[in-house]
Amino acid sequence: MIERDVVIIGAGPAGLACAVKLKEIGVSDVLLVEREKKLGGILNQCIHDGFGLHNFKESLTGPEYIERYVERLKKFNIDVLSDTMVVNLFQDKSMILSGPWGRERIRAKAIVLAMGCRERTAGAIGLAGSRPAGIYTAGVAQRLMNIDNYMVGNEVVILGSGDVGLIMARRLTLEGARVLMVLEKLPYSSGLPRNIVQCLEDYGIPLYLKTTVTKVYGKARVEGVEYVSLDDDGKPIPGSERFVKCDTLLLSVGLIPENELSREAGVEIHPITGGPIVNDTYQTNIDGVFAAGNVLHVHDLADWASMEGELVAEFAKRYLEGELSKAKRWIDVKAGKGIRYVLPHKISGERDVNFLFRVDSPYKNRYIIVRDKDRVIKKRRVINLHPAVMENINVKSEEMKGIESLEVMVE
Amino acid sequence: MFDVGIVGGGAVGSAIAYELSRFRLKIAVFEKEPDVCFGASGRNSGVLHAGFYYRPGSLKAKLCVEGNKKMREWFKLLKVPFKATGKVLLAFDEDEVKELYKLKEIGDANGVEGLEVIRGRDKVNQICPGAGEAIACLYSPMTGIFSSYLLTIALAETAHQNGVKYFLNCKIVDVRKENGTFKLKDQRGERYECRWLINSAGVYSAEFSKIVGVNGYKIYPCRGEYLLLDKALAPLLKMPIYPVPSKEVGGALGVHITPTVEGPILIGPSAEYIDDPEGYESTPEIMNKLFEEGYKLWPYFKKSDVIRSFSGIRAKPVPPGEKSFFDFVIKEEESIPNFINLVGIESPGLTSAPAIARMVREIIERKEKLLIKEDFEPRYLRGERFEELSEEEKERRAKEDPKWGEIICRCEKITKREIIEAIENPLSAKTLASIKYRARAMMGRCQGGYCMPKIIEILEREFGYKPEDFQLHKEGSWLFSGRMRKDD
Ligand SMILES: Cc1cc2nc3c(=O)[nH]c(=O)nc-3n(C[C@H](O)[C@H](O)[C@H](O)COP(=O)(O)OP(=O)(O)OC[C@H]3O[C@@H](n4cnc5c(N)ncnc54)[C@H](O)[C@@H]3O)c2cc1C
Ligand SMILES: Cc1cc2nc3c(=O)[nH]c(=O)nc-3n(C[C@H](O)[C@H](O)[C@H](O)COP(=O)(O)OP(=O)(O)OC[C@H]3O[C@@H](n4cnc5c(N)ncnc54)[C@H](O)[C@@H]3O)c2cc1C
Repeated sequence: MIERDVVIIGAGPAGLACAVKLKEIGVSDVLLVEREKKLGGILNQCIHDGFGLHNFKESLTGPEYIERYVERLKKFNIDVLSDTMVVNLFQDKSMILSGPWGRERIRAKAIVLAMGCRERTAGAIGLAGSRPAGIYTAGVAQRLMNIDNYMVGNEVVILGSGDVGLIMARRLTLEGARVLMVLEKLPYSSGLPRNIVQCLEDYGIPLYLKTTVTKVYGKARVEGVEYVSLDDDGKPIPGSERFVKCDTLLLSVGLIPENELSREAGVEIHPITGGPIVNDTYQTNIDGVFAAGNVLHVHDLADWASMEGELVAEFAKRYLEGELSKAKRWIDVKAGKGIRYVLPHKISGERDVNFLFRVDSPYKNRYIIVRDKDRVIKKRRVINLHPAVMENINVKSEEMKGIESLEVMVE
Repeated sequence: MFDVGIVGGGAVGSAIAYELSRFRLKIAVFEKEPDVCFGASGRNSGVLHAGFYYRPGSLKAKLCVEGNKKMREWFKLLKVPFKATGKVLLAFDEDEVKELYKLKEIGDANGVEGLEVIRGRDKVNQICPGAGEAIACLYSPMTGIFSSYLLTIALAETAHQNGVKYFLNCKIVDVRKENGTFKLKDQRGERYECRWLINSAGVYSAEFSKIVGVNGYKIYPCRGEYLLLDKALAPLLKMPIYPVPSKEVGGALGVHITPTVEGPILIGPSAEYIDDPEGYESTPEIMNKLFEEGYKLWPYFKKSDVIRSFSGIRAKPVPPGEKSFFDFVIKEEESIPNFINLVGIESPGLTSAPAIARMVREIIERKEKLLIKEDFEPRYLRGERFEELSEEEKERRAKEDPKWGEIICRCEKITKREIIEAIENPLSAKTLASIKYRARAMMGRCQGGYCMPKIIEILEREFGYKPEDFQLHKEGSWLFSGRMRKDD
């Protein structure tokens, strides 16, 4: 069986950045595996701009952003196997690759999981009514329109205010469809505030909060939907049912990290993020298996996914060199009051950590606190906190000296 | 002129076509939908019933027990995925235990093999891990699970391979009998003729009977909703778990938990009478109820395990409130010779299909001698599953043909070669659902999010589909309103 030093599974922003970084820091035996013909992951279908503001200090489209990495990939002569799917992953870090070229089992010393995420479907949210054509998840519609050149419908209702849905509201409008409304069951949007402005408000598309679709009509093609207002407990308010005629329903109701392979290999998955449980070296419970990007937790910006890929490259290198000493003990990081999740999930206390977290609902004028029981390690004032925006807080190893527990919370 | 015209290409119609294709007969199947498994035959529990629910001596009892045996041969010939899982009915109190004994008695009288009432919590959990607090169970070793839509497709395609003509998108709207010949007309005005006419129109069987001129039947559509759980839970469930049958709706077996041969777990079906014979809907109330009732029977899943919901519609010959036993109607109508009516073929209709087909053949044989066709090929020559091959064989194949190496559906790991075989199906069924049922793509946890665009690309590049050619399932279920950009 062929053995490689590092195999990266998935060539989206995270996997690409990780591959380039590994080469930059001197790891020579790297294989990047991607199931699509084209590298770049989700960004290939994101033809709008706004990518790269952090990493390249300019606003690029998705494909342009990817091109920057692909150029460097070529320059470094990095070994890429595209059109190749990792179909099985095993605990011993071997895996089966399959593509039009054939099928083979290989092994790696270190693996970086960078498989991205998939969309939550109509079935998963228990969408009621009939099952006509014309119900698309927003990402699938984005791909069908932007890559495959198909128009998915004319009169559109969007359920869920995730970013992909917001971006598609604008895209569909520009292409001549009528986007009638965006419905969101929560009292706030789950997409970035700037997308609400740029994709809905600028085009006069209404966003109805605390509202959801209760029934889909149409046997062959969508003919309309019934929607209702929700009370503070999220229960439908009787009598508030309304009907709107449409031929298309787009769903933007959440992304799920793609961890079937990880599970198969025995990687432990976190119940909230849906991604692997990792320590402060981004290693999973399996030695030498790392995770970065949307496979770990859903990022709101591609730039962050890439940065995570680069960070993981550093840890993978040190792992190969045997320098990533095992921690004497692991401290579980607790997501305290107001926090939905925080990453990494385990820390050694011996390393600087940039904690990444999301809040559980919007807050104004609060403190983010990192503490060990009653001892406050770090405290930072924030004006606005929104669940759609990933936040971070840096803590140095000196600040964590002697800690016994660690909790991040909003106060 | 056809010797036999079969109206309805579901499992029953196609089983009859398969059975009759052994003989030198010209046979036509008329199906109003664009494919054969869009009716009840693609929307059910997929359980090979043993036969202990039905009144001894009834057609249901006899045909189910006979079908259960014969079907095992068919599964092999037709490459239909089947698992001899056995099944349990759980009892949670002494009243229910009494019901178990009653059912065992019925089953014994019907000739069902191996039925056993098992008492004691531990023993029940030994037979069926996860049975929880049940104090007793009826264990039925002859029960199993299979893929009902693959059965229907394999029957139809094998019948087709043996010369049966399938007319899809062909709804028979008018029938006249003149000089011993049935003259049929479809919705487009096309005409067909046959000497024998068989009504296997499922939930429309009473309506079709009327079209032919036999009144007096009525079908009351009764919807059964299901939830489908992620196949990651499959290792936890060895066999179908049923409650003691519901007393609310006549003939309904109660919400059960059933493994499927593909892996996902079914919860359902509910039982609601509705007006629309095609009201395939999921409703919030029932989805909640299924979740709760399912959880009572088998508390090993959570909301996020639900990957989709769907429903099927029973062709019940009795109205709401009627709880007495009612049987299949399978007979040649005296008033219209050579017209064979099949009405009220609800559960165990799938299990009974081979026996129903045998009965229909015998009805014909009473009047004419059927001549064996020497070159009849009983085996289904398609439908191989790549994922089930050994790793060595997979590697060998992937070298041999790039289409074996290219994986199109990542959830079910379906290769491009399998997708293309499904597209090139002999019935020329052209919908996306036809590909889904044949290749199992778009059925897993991502529900086509990954592979649907890839399948669209194959259809466009290799089969020349235009935007307007894409259809999800029923007529009118268009996917695209056109191109985005006029220039390419
Ligand atoms: C539909 C959608 C639209 C988005 N739009 C925006 C946007 O407009 N702006 C923005 O900033 N962010 C957007 N995002 C956010 C996204 O979080 C990041 O921008 C980024 O794509 C995440 O990078 P990644 O590398 O982790 O994952 P991905 O980009 O998803 O890349 C994962 C890669 O892994 C490959 N892969 C997966 N499994 C296997 C396997 N078994 N074998 C081989 N290869 C495999 C995939 O094909 C894919 O190329 C969007 C996300 C989605 C899902
Ligand atoms: C919820 C549910 C669960 C079930 N579970 C089981 C089970 O576990 N085990 C079991 O053995 N059985 C089960 N059954 C019963 C079984 O599914 C049916 O008995 C069986 O599928 C009936 O087959 P069919 O061919 O008669 O009907 P269908 O599959 O409905 O076929 C009838 C066909 O006729 C066509 N048609 C109607 N009118 C016309 C016309 N005028 N012209 C042309 N075509 C027409 C329809 O389009 C349809 O395709 C279940 C049924 C339901 C609803």
